[in-house]
Amino acid sequence: MPFNGSRVATLSLAAAFSMVVSGAALAQKKYDTGASDTEIKIGNIMPYSGPASAYGVIGKTEAAYFKMINDKGGINGRKINFISYDDAYSPPKTVEQARKLVESDEVLLIFNSLGTPPNTAIHKYMNAKKVPQLFVATGATKWNDPKHFPWTMGWQPSYQAETRIYAKYILKNMPNAKIAVLYQNDDYGKDYLKGLVDGLGAKAKTMIVAQESYETSEPTIDNHIVKLKASGADVFVNITTPKFAAQAIKKIAEIQWKPTHFLNNVSASVGSVIKPAGYENSQNIISAAYLKDASDPQWNKDPGMEAFYAFMKKDFPEGNVLDGGTVVGYSVAATLVKVLTQCGDNLTRANVMKQAASLKDYEIGTLLPGIKINTSATDFAPISSLKLMKFKGEKWELFGDVISADVSG
Amino acid sequence: MSAIQETVTDAPAIDAVPKRAMTLGAGTSAVVLLLLLVMPLFVKNFVIFQLTTVLIYGLAVLALNILTGGSGQFSLGQSAFYALGAYISAVLMEHAGMNYALTLPISGIICFAFGFLFGLPALRLSGIYLALATFALAVAMPQFLKLGALEEWTGGVQGLVVTKPDAPFGLPLSQDTWLYYFTLAIAIAIYIASINLLRSRSGRAMMAIRDNEIAASAMGINVALYKTLAFGVSAGITGVAGGLGAIVVQFVAPDSYTIQLAIALFLGMVVGGVGWLPGSIVGAAFIVFVPNIAESISKGLSGAVFGVLLFVVIFLVPHGARQVALVCQHWIGKLKRS
Repeated sequence: MPFNGSRVATLSLAAAFSMVVSGAALAQKKYDTGASDTEIKIGNIMPYSGPASAYGVIGKTEAAYFKMINDKGGINGRKINFISYDDAYSPPKTVEQARKLVESDEVLLIFNSLGTPPNTAIHKYMNAKKVPQLFVATGATKWNDPKHFPWTMGWQPSYQAETRIYAKYILKNMPNAKIAVLYQNDDYGKDYLKGLVDGLGAKAKTMIVAQESYETSEPTIDNHIVKLKASGADVFVNITTPKFAAQAIKKIAEIQWKPTHFLNNVSASVGSVIKPAGYENSQNIISAAYLKDASDPQWNKDPGMEAFYAFMKKDFPEGNVLDGGTVVGYSVAATLVKVLTQCGDNLTRANVMKQAASLKDYEIGTLLPGIKINTSATDFAPISSLKLMKFKGEKWELFGDVISADVSG
Repeated sequence: MSAIQETVTDAPAIDAVPKRAMTLGAGTSAVVLLLLLVMPLFVKNFVIFQLTTVLIYGLAVLALNILTGGSGQFSLGQSAFYALGAYISAVLMEHAGMNYALTLPISGIICFAFGFLFGLPALRLSGIYLALATFALAVAMPQFLKLGALEEWTGGVQGLVVTKPDAPFGLPLSQDTWLYYFTLAIAIAIYIASINLLRSRSGRAMMAIRDNEIAASAMGINVALYKTLAFGVSAGITGVAGGLGAIVVQFVAPDSYTIQLAIALFLGMVVGGVGWLPGSIVGAAFIVFVPNIAESISKGLSGAVFGVLLFVVIFLVPHGARQVALVCQHWIGKLKRS
C-alpha cells in the first residue's frame, strides 16, 4: 500500500526535517482555524438525500477512510475530525451548509463537495473567505483556474481533457477521419464536445461531419444514430450517459454501421452498459479511464487494489466494492491525507493550498498504472491524464501510453 | 363549477378563519418585531444568513397562505414563481447591471402578470385538480430554465452567479446583517400589505369565495376576477421572495428550484397554520431548521427522521403554529386573571 502509516510517517519526518533545516522560523507550529495540536477539522458536503443521493456513498467511504487513518494514529499525530453535511444537491442548501462549516464548525477546509451547481454556488464565497475548496467532485473544467480562484481545486480529469485525448488519438492515427458526434444536451455533454473541438483545433471544422444532440427525456436515440450514419462518418464519438450509450451501441450494430467507436468514460461500465448492449456488439470500442475497475478480475492480484479491497472489508463493510463511488472516495481521501501529511506542522490554509499545488508524481494504488497526480501553482488539475482502452472479449484492454491533456478553466 | 366537482373537492376544505384571527395582536406583534430587530446583534454571520433565509421562505409561505388560506385555492407550483422571480433578479443584476433593490419590484410585477395569466386557465380547475395543474408547472420550470434558447441569459445548467451587495451609505454593517435588515423591511412591508389586503373588500371577497363559491357569486362577487387576482398576488409576492433568495444565496441554478421547494413551501404553510399569516414565519423556520435537526439525529435516515418529526407535529397540533399560539393565549389570559 503506497500510503501506509509508516511511509506516511517517514515522509512527514522528512518534510518536517527539511523545514527545520530550511529556516528556524518555519520550525514552529502554525495553525489556522480548524487545526490544532490534536485535531484537523475537515468539512464536506454531499447529497445524502435527493436526486443525486447515489453519490452519497463517496462521502461515506471518505468518512470510513479517515476513521481508518485516525485508528492508525492520525496525520502527524493529529486526528481528522470529518464533518459531512447533506445538501440534497440543492445549491441554496449547499451555501447554508458551507457557511455552517466555515463559520460555525470552523473547519480548516472544505473537501470534495459534490456536483457542479452546488460547487458553483459556493465558489465565490470560499475564495472570498480564503478557505480551501479542495478536490471538488465534479468534472467541469472551471475548477482549474488558479489565477482567479486560488482557493479552489478539482481532482478528477475534466470532461474536456478526456475528449481532447480522443482528438489527439484521432489526429495521430486517423488524420482523414470523418467524425460524427452524439452528445447529451447539457453542461456535461457540451463540456465533452468542447474538448473534442478544441483538441482537433483547426481541423475540427472539416473533420466533424455530423453533430446530433439528445435530451434525457427522449425515450430512444435511434433516429439520431441513423442520421449520423447517413453522414458517411467513419468515426463515432459517443458522449452519452449509460442508458443511451447501451442503446447507441445496439443500434449501431443493428444498422450495420462500422465506425471506430469512442465511448466516453461516464459510460465505460461493463456491468451497466456493455453487458446490456451485448459483448458481440461492443468489440473494439475505444474508451479512456484513470481508475482501476473493481469489477475487472485483472486487478484481483494487484497490490493497490488488494489494499482497497482490504479497506472495504475491514473499515467499510457496509459499502459495495462494485459501486464506482467507493473507489473514487477512497482515492480522493488518500490524496487529501497525502496533502495534509505534506503540510507537516504548518497547518495554515495557505500552506494547505500550497502543498495541494505541489504534488509531484503522486501515485495511488487505485489509479491505473502510469497515471500520476501532478499539480503546480499554475496547474490545479490533479489528474489530467487518462489511459486509452479497447474492449476485447469481455473486458477492457488498456493500450498505448498514458496521455495527458491539461485544460485550464 | 359543477356540483360533482364541488363534492369531490369539498373534502380538504379549509376551516373558515375569521379575519381577526388571521393576525397577531398589537402587543404580540411589537414583541416579535423587536425580537427580529435585535436578534442579529447577538449571533454569528452564519446564523444571520439562516435567519434571512427563514424570512425569505416566510414570504413565500405567506404568499401561498394568501392563496390557500385566503381564497381557498391549492398550489404546488409556488417553486415555479419563486424560480422566475429569482432568475429575473439575477439576470437583471448580472446582465443589465441593475441595482439589486430595483430588480425586486420588477420580479414582483412580472410574476404577478405570470400568475394572473396562469390563474385564467386554472379557474376551470379547483381543489386537487388545481393542485395537480400547478404541480405540472413546478415540474416543468427547471427544464425551461435549461432551454438552449435562453442559455445566454440563464447560464443553462451552470446557473448564474450573483454579486452580493454591500451595505449602502457606508453603514458599518456586514453584508449579511445588511441583507437581513433589507429582507426584514421588505417582509414587514409585504406582511402589512397582505393583512390590509385580506381586511379590504377584495380580501373579504376572496374569503367569501373560499367559504362558499356559489354563495359568493350569488352575492355579486366576480369569482373569476378574485380567484385570478389571488393567484397573481400570490405569484407576485413569491417572485419578490425568489429575487431576495437569489441575492442572498448569490447563485441561481435550475437545481435550486425543483418540486422539492414547492413541497417544502406547502409544508411550511401547513405547519404554520393554514390561513394564519403570522404562522408563515414559523412554517419557514420549520422547513429551514428541522431538516438540519433531522440530519444531526441520523445522517442515513435524515429523511425518515424528518418524516417522524413532521408526523408528530401534524398529530399533536393539526392546525399548526396557530393552535400553539391559541393555547398560549389561553394560558396567558388565565394567568392575567388569577
